[in-house]
Parts: sequence; structure tokens; C-alpha cells
Amino acid sequence: MAQLVTNPETQHHGEGPKDRTMILNMGPQHPSTHGVLRLVLEVDGETVLRMMPDIGYLHTGIEKTYEAKFYQQCVTLADRMDYLAPFHNEMGFVLAVERLLGIEAPPRAQWIRVLLNELQRISSHLVWLGTHALDIGAMSVFLYCFREREDVLRLFEAIGGQRMFTDYFRVGGLALEAPLGWFKRVKKFSDTFFERVDEYEDLLTGNPIFQERTKGVAHISKEDATALGLSGPSLRGSGVDWDLRRDMPYSSYEKFQFGVPVETSGDVWARYLVRMREFRESNKIVQQALAGLPEGPIKADAPKIVLPERDKMKTQMEALIYHFKIVTEGFSVPAGEVYQAIESPRGELGFYVVSDGTAKPYRVHVRGPSLANLQGLPKMCEGRLIADVVAAIGSIDIVLGEIDR
Amino acid sequence: MPLAPAVTDLEQLKSRAPLDALLGWGPEAVQGARLDRDELTIDVLREAIRDVCEFLRDQQQFNFLCDVTCADWYPTEPRFHVVYHLLSQAKKLRVRLKVKVGAHDAVVPSLTPIWPGADYFEREVFDLFGVKFDGHPYLRRIQMPDDWEGHPLRKDYPVEGYR
Repeated sequence: MAQLVTNPETQHHGEGPKDRTMILNMGPQHPSTHGVLRLVLEVDGETVLRMMPDIGYLHTGIEKTYEAKFYQQCVTLADRMDYLAPFHNEMGFVLAVERLLGIEAPPRAQWIRVLLNELQRISSHLVWLGTHALDIGAMSVFLYCFREREDVLRLFEAIGGQRMFTDYFRVGGLALEAPLGWFKRVKKFSDTFFERVDEYEDLLTGNPIFQERTKGVAHISKEDATALGLSGPSLRGSGVDWDLRRDMPYSSYEKFQFGVPVETSGDVWARYLVRMREFRESNKIVQQALAGLPEGPIKADAPKIVLPERDKMKTQMEALIYHFKIVTEGFSVPAGEVYQAIESPRGELGFYVVSDGTAKPYRVHVRGPSLANLQGLPKMCEGRLIADVVAAIGSIDIVLGEIDR
Repeated sequence: MPLAPAVTDLEQLKSRAPLDALLGWGPEAVQGARLDRDELTIDVLREAIRDVCEFLRDQQQFNFLCDVTCADWYPTEPRFHVVYHLLSQAKKLRVRLKVKVGAHDAVVPSLTPIWPGADYFEREVFDLFGVKFDGHPYLRRIQMPDDWEGHPLRKDYPVEGYR
């Protein structure tokens, strides 16, 4: 990493007199890099000539650790990659393993998963909006966003026991039934949330300073965005109408009606508008999930994979044996490989899981959308001002925990 | 829903559009194919991977490279299976390409001339597995420090303790 600065090939850019340019380090401790991202910029005055992202500061070897854990233990690890959207990580991993096993979660579990995923999308976008606005200079939005985010996290705490790393999804269903009155609390939050989004829009959308800072800034074309592998709101902001929830549905998403916001201008403003409209679409899905939530079990009927109910385990010999076997030996998964992609708040989150027939995965690879989105950053920033870099980083909404894993 | 057995017979798999087109274009590039859990995997000859991807992108609408990764099947040979996940947004279809390379000859042509987005993914595979990508513009470690020894995701690299 240190070589980036000392390496002569990063010292000078081809254009212009060489002694005019300067290498500038941004991060890894810079507050607007949203984590521990380091950008090596070659600048001429205030113009960025070249940018080289440097990552790996948060590398924890989660993919290696997976290979030593039982499948049910892996869900906990999945939480810790994209720490702003743990439910999406759980969803991706759990769906991949379910497909390897050839089982499916019952409808009620699928709907609660969708409900939690959309609440998570709201909370993740709230962090994005707050910090993005803060970077650009709008201080107060942050406070409003975190007020609502706290509401969502309290809902997560009530259902999963933790504010963030809930570890609530299980292979074959969910850990527990939702507590009494939980859905009413969600309804109460969801009913007020449309007005809250109006509040954020009042603060930012019509604000001429915010518009000046975002319109036409950090542009990326449709072709470049596709070729660089951008996904999610960053891709939709460039005019590609693609959303995995609608186009390749998983976990009952085909039963929900929602719009996919697309903007064509490809700048920070477009990505802002896409995410603002996604707030409302996600909230619509939450309301539909609440209204049509099916009754029934939350765990699949697969005794060798899903832990038995507590009272059965205490009273029935068979259930006790299954419980003991699953906890001590895990469950074995037939050999094979799957790639399961879901739409996380940042884009296509893919889990490539390879099984060799044992109780531990042979290989798990996570296609983090942030990693691909980060590749678009130099394209967006080169030739623009340093101040625009800050706006651009916010607009691609990266999470370093997912980039480095 | 019980699992259907995997299909590996090329004749039976010809109903799958990308494989059929690929066999028509250059059958020598295809080393095998497998349909398992409704996912199509095509084993591709290493030397042909770049042409195959270009063909799939330009003729078969596989416009999006989702992912490049690798699995280490030590101690069997060929040890490294480099895996590419392609997506066609127009057809709503995925296909997995696989290139198998041995331990002493772990070099694969880079896909960066076709998809610049392959850049970080290939660097990651190089970093964590030690598979080299021929023609990559900046093949350096991306996750581990520059002076790190060894490639952590290889199977002969321990999970804990000292190497």
C-alpha cells in the first residue's frame, strides 16, 4: 500500500508539466471516506487528474473463516460484512444454502424476510442520506435521519434481540416468531414514514445549494456503469432499468407491487433521487407485507436441518436427537454449487457457495456490490474538483466492511 | 422439492441457449457443461476464455460480468477453478464459466479488455489464491498488505496458528 505513494508510476500523470502535480492522500482516517477507504489522488491545483482507491484495511478473512464453520454458524458471519444491511447478507446466504439443500422456507417466513429486508433498506438508506448530506454541508438532515433509523433499529432489537447483527434468519426459516404487538409497531412506524421522507425532501430536494453540489457532478454513463459492474441505485441512476427484486425475484418478491426508480442523468443528483424514491417504494412493500402476511409455520418441515421447537425438544426423544445432532455435528449439504444474488441497498449482493457434501461450506465467495461500485469512482472523479470527490463517495454509498470482508 | 440430479450430458443440455450458441461458435472451447440446481456451468478452455466472453457479450447479450472468483481443490489437479458469473439483463439469465488451471501453471487471460469491471475481482483472486491474470493492467495485492507472504484462501494455508 505504501508503494502507491513511493512508486514512480503513480507519481506523475502524463498530461501537463510534471512539477505542477501533487500526490494527495485522502483517508483512511478522513471522515468523508465512510469507513477506512484510502484514496490516492494526483491533483493539479484542485483538479483531480488521477485517482487510485486503496482498500484492504478492514480485511478480516471472513471468506476463509466460513470454511471452518458449520452452515448455521455462517449466518452470524454474514451479518458482519455489510454492517449497514445485515438482513440482506443473511438473506443472501440463507437462500443460497436453501437452494443447495433443495428446501424452501414457508410463506410466512418468506414474507417476514421481505418485510425485514425492506425495513433494512430504509435504515441503510437513512445512514446514506444523513452522511451524504453531512459531507456536502447540510448538517441537520443527519439528525432527522438518525431519529428514524433509531426507530427501525428498535424494531430489529424487538424481533431479533440485537440492533444490528441480529442473526435472525435461519436456513429453512426464521429463528423465532415475532413478539406480541411487533407488527403493530411496524405499522405505526410505516404509517408515519411517508411524511418523514417528505421532510427530508423539504430539506434537500428544493435546496439550491444541494442542487449545485450534486447536479452534473460525478457523471458516469450507462455504458461505463455496466462495463464496470456497478449495480443497485448507482446503476439505476445511470438509466439502467434493472432490479433483481423485480427481474429475478426471490423470497416471494413477485407477489409485491412496487416501482423501480430510474434516473437517466447519471450524476450524484440522479443517484440521490433514485434512493429518495426507493424510500417510498420500500415503505410500500412494508405495508403490503403487513397487510397480506400469511399465517402458518416460520420453519420448514426439515427435521434434519431445522432445529426443533423447544417444547418438542424437551418432551420427544426424536426431536432431542435431531437437536443434539444439528448442534454438535451440523447438517450436511449435498455437494454442488450455487450463486444466489439479491438486491441489497447497494446493489447485487451475490453469494457463491460451494459444498463438498459435509457440514461446512467448501468455499463461500461474496460478490459485494460496494467493491464493484468503488471501481466506478475513479471514472466519476477524474478531471473534477477535490470537493466533488466527497460528493461522489457519498453517492455510491459504499460500505468498507463489505469491500474488504 | 427434492433435488434433481445434475445433468452433464452435452447433447441433453443443448436446449440451453448460451451453451448451444457456444457449441455452434467454437465447440473446441467447451470442455464440458453441467446443469445443477437450475444453474448452467460451462467449463471453458483457458486459452479461449477471452474469446468466449467476447462472444457471449456481443452475440448472446451477456452484458454484465457479476463476479470473478476461484475455488481451490487442493490436492486434486487441476487445482484452481476460476469461476466467472455472467448475467444477461435482457434475457434475465445467468451462466457460470469455469476455467481449470494447475498449480504450476496458474495463469488465466485477464478479462479487463472486455469488462473493465473485472479489475478488482481479478486482483482479489490473485491476492488470495495466487492465480495470475495475463494482461491485467495493475496486478497487485488488493486486500492483503503488499509484503504479505502466501495466499490465504488456498486450502493448504491454515485457518489459524502459524504458517
